[in-house]
Amino acid sequence: MTFAVSFQKVSRHFGAVRAVDGVDLDIRPGEFFAMLGPSGSGKTTCLRLIAGFERPTAGHIEIFGARAEAIPPYRRNVNTVFQDYALFPHLNVVDNVAYGLMIKGVPKAARRREAGAALEMVKMPGYGDRRPGQLSGGQRQRVALARALVNRPRVLLLDEPLGALDLKLRENMQEELKTLQKSLGITFVFVTHDQGEALSMADRVAVFNDGRLMQLGTPQEIYGSPNSRFVADFVGSSNVLPPVLVERCAGQRRWASLRPEAVKIGAPGRLSATVVSRAYLGGATRLGLDVEGQRINALVPAGEALPAEGETVRLGFADEDLHLMEPG
Amino acid sequence: MSAVGTIGAAGPSDAILPKRGGWRGRLADLLWRRPGLLLLLMLMPPVLWLAVVYLGSLLALLLQSFFSIDEFSGLIDRSFTLKTYGELLRPANLDIIVRTVTMAALVTLAAAVVAFPIAYFAARYARGKWKALFYLGVMLPLWSSYLVKVYAWKLILAKEGILTWLLQKLHLAWLLDGWLALPVVGGSSLSLSATGTFVVFLYVWLPFMILPLQASLERVPANLLEASADLGATPQQTFRNVVFPLALPGLAAGSIFTFSLTLGDYIIPQIIGTSRLFIGQAVYAHQGTAGNIPLAAAFTVVPIVVMGLYLWGARRMGAFDAL
Amino acid sequence: MRSDTSPPGLRIAAAAGLAFLHLPILLIFVYAFTTEDKSYQWPPPGLTLDWLAVTWNRPDVWAALSLSLEVAAVSTAIALVLGTLCAASVSGSRFFGRETISLLVILPIALPGIITGIALRSAFSLAEIPFSQWTIILGHATFCVVVVYNNAIARFRRVSGSLLEASYDLGADGLQTFRHVILPNIGTALVAGGMLAFALSFDEVIVTTFTAGQQQTLPIWMLEELVRPRQRPVTNVVAMVVVLVTLLPILAAYYLTRDGDQVAGSGK
Repeated sequence: MTFAVSFQKVSRHFGAVRAVDGVDLDIRPGEFFAMLGPSGSGKTTCLRLIAGFERPTAGHIEIFGARAEAIPPYRRNVNTVFQDYALFPHLNVVDNVAYGLMIKGVPKAARRREAGAALEMVKMPGYGDRRPGQLSGGQRQRVALARALVNRPRVLLLDEPLGALDLKLRENMQEELKTLQKSLGITFVFVTHDQGEALSMADRVAVFNDGRLMQLGTPQEIYGSPNSRFVADFVGSSNVLPPVLVERCAGQRRWASLRPEAVKIGAPGRLSATVVSRAYLGGATRLGLDVEGQRINALVPAGEALPAEGETVRLGFADEDLHLMEPG
Repeated sequence: MSAVGTIGAAGPSDAILPKRGGWRGRLADLLWRRPGLLLLLMLMPPVLWLAVVYLGSLLALLLQSFFSIDEFSGLIDRSFTLKTYGELLRPANLDIIVRTVTMAALVTLAAAVVAFPIAYFAARYARGKWKALFYLGVMLPLWSSYLVKVYAWKLILAKEGILTWLLQKLHLAWLLDGWLALPVVGGSSLSLSATGTFVVFLYVWLPFMILPLQASLERVPANLLEASADLGATPQQTFRNVVFPLALPGLAAGSIFTFSLTLGDYIIPQIIGTSRLFIGQAVYAHQGTAGNIPLAAAFTVVPIVVMGLYLWGARRMGAFDAL
Repeated sequence: MRSDTSPPGLRIAAAAGLAFLHLPILLIFVYAFTTEDKSYQWPPPGLTLDWLAVTWNRPDVWAALSLSLEVAAVSTAIALVLGTLCAASVSGSRFFGRETISLLVILPIALPGIITGIALRSAFSLAEIPFSQWTIILGHATFCVVVVYNNAIARFRRVSGSLLEASYDLGADGLQTFRHVILPNIGTALVAGGMLAFALSFDEVIVTTFTAGQQQTLPIWMLEELVRPRQRPVTNVVAMVVVLVTLLPILAAYYLTRDGDQVAGSGK
């Protein structure tokens, strides 16, 4: 299979700093791919390596089967939606969108037509004569999207595309991006530090930390069975159980993760806990529990009986909900 | 979503575009592959110009300060000696240096006092249109012709000029006469006195004090002043304990200009003032008619050293942040 | 909030300071029309337009003016190229010696003009270069670089890294990016810097006295008149013309750069 993007032992070091360190990664054609991680984890550098703004210090990068690490960004059919949108302040909206076509030498009438169509696609028709400075953040984002898509890239890169938008706009945009990606069939690669965004939008998620790829999988795999304490901690609010407790429940002296909604209060419990806190969340209540000095969160769906604070309860869970992590 | 069909319908082989032909394409690719080369190409002309033309000349000048002049033939003896520097310490030359440095210090002090209200008002109270007006009001005199400014003062300070006329109208001519009768600061008329030199220096360099001072005052947050007032400080106390310390870097930055410019100027004291020389005039005289380039060169080292010391001190006060 | 009103004392002191800065220049305009030609008498005994015509017919004034314009134009052109290159390289990347280069650019203006002047003069005599308008231009271009540099660097910073990357990303190589993104964005700053450099060169006298031989620029012509007044009325008119000629590029530069970055205040 030819991958849209393929990293083979790719490293990018800046002096002593290992921004990206030996990453192997395959992105499938037509997939909505998320790179998730805290700031400084190497996810943005990976994006910049695909775009061509950075060159790897070691390893190979292929884009649709072609070796790309020495190809300058202007020769890659890959386009980027920048975090700060990077719209050209001296050009109006339609000239911004038509910039790539102008560089390719498309005649003025044709490129204006295509830019207009692209603006329509991102629901910004009629904004062509405005200056970027006259647009809101959400509108700039749409223009940046149109400016990238009008070039018909093989891969579209999005760097924290929704980071600067407020919550409501964000949710709208998430849906729209998803629909757009499905209808265009272009490979989308987007970088985010928001695990909710990654899980809800992506077909597959790559979790980064300290320049290394920690886990790659579907949102279900990442969320349901994190393979390391870092992933468990970073992706959502999973409980991490120390080897002492895990040994007692599962017989193996390993770290393990347990989703809060998998924790069952009462009945055949293997552990005993004290209720430390109760927080009403609407659809459920979050209980803070203390198990021999270890803090564990449990989500109790609305309607179920709730223990009082300070009460001692038994807690249990199905065996398949306890995910043992790889040692080390 | 009408345009959807036309977008994204490309074959898999076009992920990487072909190389661009011609010398332009090759040049662009070369510059991309070697960003250092591009940097070198860009830096070369300005650095060569400044290093060769400017630094080269400066070094040549410094070198000559270690030569000496043969007193009988008037020819320059190109062997290393500190003799010329020794000449600087002659009473007549020391006198010139002390006079110039004193004038520079006085001008700097006065410029700070006159500039402060303007800068403070512009930074804290002027808004919108007024702010622009204040800015232009300082920029225009700054950039107006230096000689014209000096000339204007020659008109003002002349015995028959507007200032004498004004003082007569106010029946204050006795004050001017009394001042001119004083030793050191006085003279036969204002345009032939050290007072005149001082006023013109102050006038010409004042904008150089206002701008950095205003820049540093802009950075004093208004809520800091309110906090101070809130804690029961009188306006005077707020000024002394909050505004002034925060304005100090700007003051130091401005004083670098006023001090340095006064040290090196030779035209103002030549046109307005007494016949007593300043460093600049001494340099000019020695290199010109006297042909004593080594002594002129040694004289120029004085402002360089004084400014070096001054900059070192100002840097410790954080003046460079306000430049 | 800063809506509080200013103390009256401060307002008066600020107004007096501004008046101190501007009244002397306004005085020049009155003297250009005085009938008195032997002294600097105030108030002028009468007003006349005659001196404008007299000045108009003076070949020495015209020669000095045309030399000044030529020197300023060529120096500005050289300074534009050198200053832009320098600003581009210093703002575009971090490299060893970057600080040294900014210092090198600022030095010709930071050190007193007399040092620059005598250094150049002694270098010319060591290298046995005869004085000509080119030696004047050499000096002027050297200290005009900083004005262009100061104006350009503020704008180069605004053309941030991601704008350039966006251009590469959209298929433009370095040369196309320069033409389509960098140049349109720094254009007005360059024009402004060029105008200030022109005004600076047009007005310069200290360095010029050392780098000019027999050539007279307009400031040199004026300086001679100031030291040994011979034709006061003509000098008055020339002073007025000089004020007007330098005023225009400065105002233009201000309007070109007023949104965002400041005109190079520390540039002179």
